[in-house]
Amino acid sequence: MPNDKVTFGFWVYLMSDCVLFAGLFATYAVLQGATFGAPSVQDFVSLPFVLVETLLLLTSSFMAGLALLAARHHKKVLALGALALTLLLGLTFLGMELHEFGRLIAEGSGPSTSASLSAFFVLVGTHGLHVALGSLWMLVIMLHVALRGLSEGTLRKLACFGLFWHFLDIIWIFIFTFVYLFGALAL
Amino acid sequence: MKTLRTYSIGFGISLLLTLGAFGLLQEHLNNQHTFPPHSAMVPILVALALAQLLVQLIFFLHLGDEDKPRWNLTLFAFALIIVAILVGGTLWIMHTLAHSQMQEQPDVRVEENIFPQPPDE
Repeated sequence: MPNDKVTFGFWVYLMSDCVLFAGLFATYAVLQGATFGAPSVQDFVSLPFVLVETLLLLTSSFMAGLALLAARHHKKVLALGALALTLLLGLTFLGMELHEFGRLIAEGSGPSTSASLSAFFVLVGTHGLHVALGSLWMLVIMLHVALRGLSEGTLRKLACFGLFWHFLDIIWIFIFTFVYLFGALAL
Repeated sequence: MKTLRTYSIGFGISLLLTLGAFGLLQEHLNNQHTFPPHSAMVPILVALALAQLLVQLIFFLHLGDEDKPRWNLTLFAFALIIVAILVGGTLWIMHTLAHSQMQEQPDVRVEENIFPQPPDE
């Protein structure tokens, strides 16, 4: 169903979400130097930690694609398994991000410390919020698949969810590059 | 063209691009910012990110696979223009502002004699 109206509507939402993130990226780019003497990304970034986060989310995105593929071939158990793996990887990513946030706040580098950190928390946190809501959505879809089977409606929900999950991975690639890698480069 | 093969190729290339960006930066930091040269790092990292964007759009989001009135692609191009105006415009304006405020600010306390010198004897 490539020309499905529902999928197109969802694509419209994704593109508007893209503009939301563009605003947050622009804010971060402008404010990242306004550290007010507090530590900034280049002081606390741990590259291996962020690499693991990135690989987790990338694999999760791949698994979401496999789940949709399995569902299209009416392999219900396989689709549910791939979705469970997607969820597990997504939640691990979220756990790591919350761990990083918790550590920063405990060290006194919370979002209210400097404009740079405010922009950092809002950008990364908004992405994290998307991942959290996506995880919840995934859980609901898994229940639908388990209870109602792979109807046309569930397949469409799964296709929209797949788009959303891949989109979040793309946003993360840019956070990985422009926030963490550029931070380590000490721009 | 939504097959296991497409997803696997996309996953493989994305993995290589991510590890490549990470490896190059690590190499750069290990060599005290000398190799790869510092000036080359920003274009390299941006190019790798954009390459991965393209790979994931094609292999994961299947952009461009739809039939003729390609509304998804059209909307994507429109969003891209908005993003370019928003981010490019913000950076341009804020950079110009910072640049025009570069001259030394006079010290208000000295000008207004707010903290007068202690009187002599």
